[in-house]
Amino acid sequence: MNTLLFFAGLKEAIGTDEVRLAAAGMTLGEVKEKVRSEYSLDQVNNCMMAVNEEFAPEDTTITEGDTIAFIPPVSGG
Amino acid sequence: MEQQCWITTEPLEIEEVTKRVIRREAGAVNTFIGTVREFTKGKRTLFLQYETYKEMAEKKLEQITKEIEQQWPSAEVAIAHRIGRLEITDIAVIIAVSTPHRNDSYEASRYAIERIKEIVPIWKKEHWEDGEEWIGDQKEVRPGVPLKEEIK
Repeated sequence: MNTLLFFAGLKEAIGTDEVRLAAAGMTLGEVKEKVRSEYSLDQVNNCMMAVNEEFAPEDTTITEGDTIAFIPPVSGG
Repeated sequence: MEQQCWITTEPLEIEEVTKRVIRREAGAVNTFIGTVREFTKGKRTLFLQYETYKEMAEKKLEQITKEIEQQWPSAEVAIAHRIGRLEITDIAVIIAVSTPHRNDSYEASRYAIERIKEIVPIWKKEHWEDGEEWIGDQKEVRPGVPLKEEIK
């Protein structure tokens, strides 16, 4: 299984900060699209993606146990 | 060794950050303090709520200090960011950079705050008298990957 993490406005729109998904073998881009269509949330398109706490490109293949984070536009500082 | 970068819900103390970079080789310690502003484009902010993906954010702050030490090899950097509810004038971020000469300390400090706004997963929600909104200013140029980010 894999853990999907959501933050900030995306977390509020989805209604939870964490979802479990069997994503092994999918690409990061496919996971992103699945979440976008399942929740009808175009704001997913604005997210950067991270796997195991590092930014990753969308052609990254997910392996068992990976933690996938949706990073909306950041605004620290 | 003491942690050079950290995220906390507690109020930030300037000296806690600067003391980590003060050393005999340094002739300059540049301290940037980011505070909560009351008015933005005429609109009154009541307070801010900061949220983070802490494990990743502390790694990204560490990455910024490494980038600075590559670009300005004589620099030492410490960064602290507060999260949770912050009131007007509260300190949200402190960046301390020490270098032998002042010019590098200004440049490296500026670099640090700009990079924080690009790659560190921290978000703020503005609370106004008539509503609230998550603020975000994405800097990515390739899908899913922020500007200048190196994938390891």
